[in-house]
Amino acid sequence: MKKEFYEGMKDGIPIGLGYFAVSFSLGVAAKNAGLTAFEGFIASLLNNASAGEYAGFIVIAADAGYLEMVLMTLVANARYLLMSCALSQKFAPHTPLRHRLLIGYDVTDELFGITIARPGTIAPFYTYGAIAVAAPCWAVGTALGVIAGNLLPLRVVSALNVALFGMFLAVIIPPARKDRTVAALVAISFLASFSAAKLPFTSRLSDGTRTIILTVLLSAIAAALFPVKDEEESAYDS
Amino acid sequence: MTHNIYLYLLIMAGVTYAIRVLPLTLIRKQIRNSFLRSFLYYVPYVTLAVMTFPAILDATQSPIAAAVSLIVGMIAAWCGAGLFPVSLSCCAVVFILELFLCR
Repeated sequence: MKKEFYEGMKDGIPIGLGYFAVSFSLGVAAKNAGLTAFEGFIASLLNNASAGEYAGFIVIAADAGYLEMVLMTLVANARYLLMSCALSQKFAPHTPLRHRLLIGYDVTDELFGITIARPGTIAPFYTYGAIAVAAPCWAVGTALGVIAGNLLPLRVVSALNVALFGMFLAVIIPPARKDRTVAALVAISFLASFSAAKLPFTSRLSDGTRTIILTVLLSAIAAALFPVKDEEESAYDS
Repeated sequence: MTHNIYLYLLIMAGVTYAIRVLPLTLIRKQIRNSFLRSFLYYVPYVTLAVMTFPAILDATQSPIAAAVSLIVGMIAAWCGAGLFPVSLSCCAVVFILELFLCR
């Protein structure tokens, strides 16, 4: 148990370092939405999700309703449903509920990846070790991002404002290169999002509402026209 | 109307946790429905794309600098650069261009 925890901590170090950079950029976005360093810290400590938190910050910045926050968080984090379903298959059958509840705290692309990659059933303490290192990096990075956004000169902050978008691009473009459907979908999403932001009726909707509608609509159309084969999906999981 | 920041954060956290923990506790089954699987596969790409553009154009002082950084970031990612290098090159483009575009 102890050994597994230490192993997890070791594997959590590179993940934590990566998290630090992303969450720092996220913190800059949190600052733009009006959050304090402490609020950014709490947001990251409780959510552990880059796109999901950024989506939430959009809602907060717009001072939109709570229902919009529910829907936005649901849509932006929907992919974790798939990961958790996959993880649930790897638990030993009689794993106590508390382990399931704790693992659920931090199912992210990276932690899901190292948890699922271990042979055999899930060793909860291995994942706890990784979480113990990675989660604080995520939360502290966000707080420092907020502070940096407040302290650094406008010129630097302006440049840092695109950091998170750059990371989003690094997530969506490589799969688009491999899969033509994803490439077309990304191009259509850009176009649709731009049009929705400019057209008379849809431009009056908040950024969050537009994101929700476009995501559900375009993903549903893509899913109906181009159902995914199992291999493609596992490529995405890793 | 002004909303409470901590209520916002609580809702975010609650929904996010529910999405992660429900399959681990109650569902415990693979999703077999092909449409739903495909839908969940495509969602992140669409959300991230929609949140990136055109929002990136308003993120900087000069929309031109942001547009160039978008293109540079896409090319870098296409050529296989990782998360951090892509992000850094976007920031560098904005920083350098704004030295000329903004006073």
